[in-house]
Amino acid sequence: MTFGQGVLNIVIVFYGAMLLGALLIFVERRLLGAWTNRYGPNRAGGPFGVLQIVADLLKLMFKEDWIPPFADRPVFVLAPATIFITVMMSFMVLPVTPNLVISNLNVGLLFFLGMSSLGVYSIVLGGWSSSSKYSLIGGVRAVTQMLSYEVFMGLSLAGIVLISGSFRLTDIVAAQKGLWFVVPQLPSFFIFLFGGIAVLHRLPFDLPEAENELVAGYHTEYSGMKFGLFFMGEYVGIVLISGMISTLFFGGWLGPWLPPSLWFFLKTVFFSILIILLRASLPRPRIDQLLATGWKILLPIALVNILVTGAIYIAIS
Amino acid sequence: MFSILRTIWLIFRHAFMKPATVQYPEERPDTAARWRGRIILSRDPDGEERCVACNLCAAACPVDCIALAPAERESDGRRYPEFFRINFSRCILCGMCEEACPTYAIQLTPDFEMGEYRRQDLVYEKEDLLINGPGKYPGYNFYREAGADMGVKKTGEGELERPPVDIHNLLPGEE
Repeated sequence: MTFGQGVLNIVIVFYGAMLLGALLIFVERRLLGAWTNRYGPNRAGGPFGVLQIVADLLKLMFKEDWIPPFADRPVFVLAPATIFITVMMSFMVLPVTPNLVISNLNVGLLFFLGMSSLGVYSIVLGGWSSSSKYSLIGGVRAVTQMLSYEVFMGLSLAGIVLISGSFRLTDIVAAQKGLWFVVPQLPSFFIFLFGGIAVLHRLPFDLPEAENELVAGYHTEYSGMKFGLFFMGEYVGIVLISGMISTLFFGGWLGPWLPPSLWFFLKTVFFSILIILLRASLPRPRIDQLLATGWKILLPIALVNILVTGAIYIAIS
Repeated sequence: MFSILRTIWLIFRHAFMKPATVQYPEERPDTAARWRGRIILSRDPDGEERCVACNLCAAACPVDCIALAPAERESDGRRYPEFFRINFSRCILCGMCEEACPTYAIQLTPDFEMGEYRRQDLVYEKEDLLINGPGKYPGYNFYREAGADMGVKKTGEGELERPPVDIHNLLPGEE
């Protein structure tokens, strides 16, 4: 890969991700509207009122960027940047097509898991530095949640690594030429979806935010573009998790007739919409219910899945 | 587990339903005939103001947004409001004034588009309230139905009226 092509890849992937994330904010509002028998924002102009994104962005930019006097300033400023940076860093290893990948790391999968864990720091620090009880409870919940989902989410991917024999995401996709991993690894797909939504802390697992109990959870005290970064981080995160689901379980760019990048795009959009649909339809569990499900149900399933996959793998080879 | 999947499916189906939203400025909602909107003062079929300035509406008003002062006409002594003022920035459109009104003068209409840029513009004077018709009760003239002699009919000769009680007689009237 030449230097020029590398730069081009960075531009395409990062801008594509940000554009898709921004579009998703609008798409989510319209879809939630449709699913609750409303229209959603349709007045801002453009097709379907898509200029609402521009209006939202302008509003966030010109809002007063207020830092509460009781907050821990440096950490308070650092926290929203962290989540955005970690999410964007994860896009580094996401293979859109065999050639359109910024850095084809041989530990791509571990890099993704590491970055998604780092993202939690942003929430914890944001909640802590706000010096407000709601933010703090949100941050603490984020840690508790992270401690439970990180374990089974990582373990659920072990089966995939076993079958494909690589942590490199392009190799994992290439290994799915015959059969998408969702078929042999169906339980880990559901576990990963569960964990992925918990990583994004979106409904139904948005306990760190939990509007009706914690105001806005960890970002209660944030305003202006700092809040905007949390917001963008969340939506770009949806694109990332959807991209990871399609890469790991649904054959990434693989697919007949259409060009590979389009296949990847369609799969990613499909899972983004699925995540929005889950938000529209499912209620939020209590934190102890989430933890109990994680440790008592999903972790054993993930372990059994590794065991069975490993046994079959050894039997075949 | 099944109920969760069923919920997701049911919510998804809503995407193909017609939204319940009424897109207001373009699509007008239907307001019922009894909608409680902008308040008007009506006239009787002869073109006279129905209001007799009895102050019952002002007394019934829970937010005290009605102000009026009675006056009597020189020629026949018929009462009318000298001024009649409703402060719509206070009015809660409850319709108590309409219920209290003995002459059907004050009425609520289906109009609800009363937006103003300045709060003072929401104070309606009598000229703003008075309309040229009988409103919801066409043909009703309270002086013909009951009430004092105002040159329309003699006392006790109204359409729904009994002759006045003879206060010099102990016996009840001949019924």
